[in-house]
Amino acid sequence: MPDTRRLLKERIAGTAMLVLTAVSILLTAAIGIGLYIRSEPLLARHSLGSLLTSSVWKPMKGEFGFFPFIMGTLWVTCLALFIALPLSLLSAIYLSEYAAPRIRRMVVPIVDLLSGIPPVVYGVWGVLFVVPLIQRSAGTDVTHFTSGYSVLAGAIVLAVMIFPLLISILFEVFSGVPLEMKNASLSLGATQWQTIKFVLLKKSAPGILAATALAVSRSFGETIAVLMVCGNMPLAPHAVTDACYPLPALIANNYGEMLSVPMYDSALLFAAFILFVIIFLFNLLSRIVLARIEKNLV
Amino acid sequence: MTNTPHISVQNLNLYYGTRQALKNININIPDKKVTSFIGPSGCGKTSLLKTFNRLHDSALDVRVAGKVLVDGENIYDKQVEVTHIRKKMGLLSQRPFPLPLSIYGNVAYGPKLHGVKDKPLLDALVEQRLKEVALWDEVKDRLHTPATGLSIGQQQRLCLARGLAVEPEIILGDEPTSALDPKSTHKVEELFLELKNKYTIVLVTHILRQARRVSDYIVFVYDGQIIEFGPTEELLLNPKEELTKDYIRGFFS
Repeated sequence: MPDTRRLLKERIAGTAMLVLTAVSILLTAAIGIGLYIRSEPLLARHSLGSLLTSSVWKPMKGEFGFFPFIMGTLWVTCLALFIALPLSLLSAIYLSEYAAPRIRRMVVPIVDLLSGIPPVVYGVWGVLFVVPLIQRSAGTDVTHFTSGYSVLAGAIVLAVMIFPLLISILFEVFSGVPLEMKNASLSLGATQWQTIKFVLLKKSAPGILAATALAVSRSFGETIAVLMVCGNMPLAPHAVTDACYPLPALIANNYGEMLSVPMYDSALLFAAFILFVIIFLFNLLSRIVLARIEKNLV
Repeated sequence: MTNTPHISVQNLNLYYGTRQALKNININIPDKKVTSFIGPSGCGKTSLLKTFNRLHDSALDVRVAGKVLVDGENIYDKQVEVTHIRKKMGLLSQRPFPLPLSIYGNVAYGPKLHGVKDKPLLDALVEQRLKEVALWDEVKDRLHTPATGLSIGQQQRLCLARGLAVEPEIILGDEPTSALDPKSTHKVEELFLELKNKYTIVLVTHILRQARRVSDYIVFVYDGQIIEFGPTEELLLNPKEELTKDYIRGFFS
């Protein structure tokens, strides 16, 4: 009976895929739970509220305030996105709508190549180029000294890193808008720019959001390049030229080195847990917004 | 021909890269009549239609040489603004492509582009155009829902209303019923018959029966050239050219 065998294969293939999917989901959950369990000792001693809102970071005295690190992470990520998103939107629009095919064929692979450069190289570039630049141009302000190692430096380096990712996803998103839909707008007498504004961007809104979410998640987690240029001072930043200390940098700098200090291990894993929760909440939020937009479009 | 031509094509050649898709086209399209382009797939009838509102501009590797006069003005002249040309024509494509907006938003899109901001005026305009395509009664209670919620047939009529809203002189239809069921097709055909009192209509179709039902003139295009052009009945019943005869016989046998 060849047909039973065919159906059996179908069943096996389906089940195997289900199991593999379940494993990857369980793995994520296991990491979350694992981090939480390891942060328990710290949470047993301090209230969650004080850990998240306190700015005092004195591990030797057993004081762990994560506020500066959370702020550092948020500042760098938001500023990086603020720099990278408009630039990538315009570049992707140019590539998909205006560029001649010859240019497109040349530029798109180069952009993809950029995302393959190791982060540490971007970090070195930041130290050698971005940091001195910020110090020279902002450091002369006598009321506000900056070494150049700052939120801004981290954000610029990060922006340059997520730039290729954003462009290549946005380019795909824009290319997916049917030519006939753009033609419909043009044939009503719209200019190309009007067509981009009212049709292309509108139709691509879910894709733009998804690309942004991906870029933000990547920024939250980026460690080495940011760590090299941010200054790493456990103080909440008040200006973009202030130094900061994002969560991943905190973990990478200290894990394995200062674990003799009581509770330090637990504190760093709690930092990882916070990062995990931030990314989880952010993804959840973008899912909700995405569903909203899609409901309005269909 | 009794009417003065609305569109006049003179020595038009079109190339996709190195391939020549239209060869030395000369034709006068009469005012306020329905003119149909017929011919086998790939013969260039759609390419010809698209030259009328310069939709080839945005396509790459396409070169157009020659003149297309609309109201006596060469639309390929360097000084002519392409948006001004396109505003004169409503386009219906093979499948309806509503813009990612509401039903209302689709019809109001064109007028808004061209500067109509007054809300009551827009409302009236939208209602008038939707009535013109016999869609008003079906959608008046859900004007602000997404246009993609309509059936394909309704979407195609919506696209027609959207085109009419910019007050064009010409309606270009590129096989506008090919994705529609027979009932919607019939509705769209009836609309064309009504609309030809006010508009010049140019249709590309591969359905000979449709060409016969709705058009006043037929143009037979074959291999990038115009083989024959004449009043509908004359061309279908009494073709002069061998190629036209073969094509029509192939269809009716």
